Amino acid sequence: MKSGLFGFLFAMWALIIVGGGIIVTLLGPISISGFGDLDWFIASVIKAVIAIVLVVIWILILSKLKNFIFKKEINL
Amino acid sequence: MIDLLIPAIISCIVAFLVVFVMTPPLIKILEKRNFAVKDMNKKEDVMVVRPGGPAIITGIIASEIVLYAFLQMNEILAIVITTTAAFLIGYVDDRKVMGGWFKPVALAIAAIPIIALGAYDSDLAFPLFGTVQIPALYFALIIFMIPITGNTINSIDVLNGVASGFMVIASFSLSICLFIVQNYEIAIVSLPLGFVSLAFYKYHKIPSKIFPGDSGALTLGAMYGSIAIVGGVEIIAAVALLPAVINSFLFLSSVKRIVEHREIKGKPVDHTEDFRLKATNDRKAPVTLVRLILAGGPMTEKQVGFAIFKLAIFSGVLAIITAFMMGVTL
Repeated sequence: MKSGLFGFLFAMWALIIVGGGIIVTLLGPISISGFGDLDWFIASVIKAVIAIVLVVIWILILSKLKNFIFKKEINL
Repeated sequence: MIDLLIPAIISCIVAFLVVFVMTPPLIKILEKRNFAVKDMNKKEDVMVVRPGGPAIITGIIASEIVLYAFLQMNEILAIVITTTAAFLIGYVDDRKVMGGWFKPVALAIAAIPIIALGAYDSDLAFPLFGTVQIPALYFALIIFMIPITGNTINSIDVLNGVASGFMVIASFSLSICLFIVQNYEIAIVSLPLGFVSLAFYKYHKIPSKIFPGDSGALTLGAMYGSIAIVGGVEIIAAVALLPAVINSFLFLSSVKRIVEHREIKGKPVDHTEDFRLKATNDRKAPVTLVRLILAGGPMTEKQVGFAIFKLAIFSGVLAIITAFMMGVTL
């Protein structure tokens, strides 16, 4: 059981590192021009939407991982 | 770095001593006023006083005032105001039964001083991959971070000594990480959190003489979140907090809504005849970290507490590795 928890912790950490890489790679280069003072705002909104989608995907993966690692324990 | 040594030492001594000295009289005052609850994990009818929050917040404010006298940083003010607001929110919840949404919403408002005082950097730093500029999204991150860390520490406060012991490990790990990323001033500002938690652990460890209550747990969690933001170590802080995050994640993914613990139907954990803790078969009960630890078989309260501390040390090591990875860019 305990090794499962340590494994889940490690998997969460790995997902944070990989997720960070995806966020930097995807969101970093996004810049908008042609809207004047709104450039900054529009770019921020696009970044926010992408980040939220990534976080939702991250939670879904984590949820599947949880069910896989703790299959027996969750169905107590 | 050397000139920071004296304020660091004085503030750590003040943080530890204030809580260490103030908690016994606080226990007596709370006993006189009969502010006590039954310790559910003891065979006998043991009553334990709460909340210990007033001692914790006094230690934090006193030590941070010492640091402010030396360093005069806006970041210290932001941490103190947000943490004090979190204490007040917790204290209201200790005294009155509030709805499930009260704490998250109120804690989100408590995060505003960090924004108002400009005590943040909107670049989010990730290990190996560098930073990303997310100015608008970062405001949302600040607003969400304080309720998350506050409630996460509050949700792990289920056994004698766990919340304070866990905070000792997580906050010292975070301080080490801040030194590694060479953010020395915030590292020193963060040290009192560990010493306050350590002094409170003396009275909170099994068998508890006092419980931190919502005011204590939210104070510790909100200060941790504030340090993460003003120190620019949000990701590292999240890693050091992972066992508590897992607890909240398991709870929310099984309950599927934000609720107070008292609203939960079904018991995740029960007692054996010799009063060891055991996981129940109740399908209505939420999945929690303690329930998963106990899935391997019954354990004493002390054994479960140490199992959580081992997980905290493991994630503390992962946080330190992450801090070293911050200096490397692929």
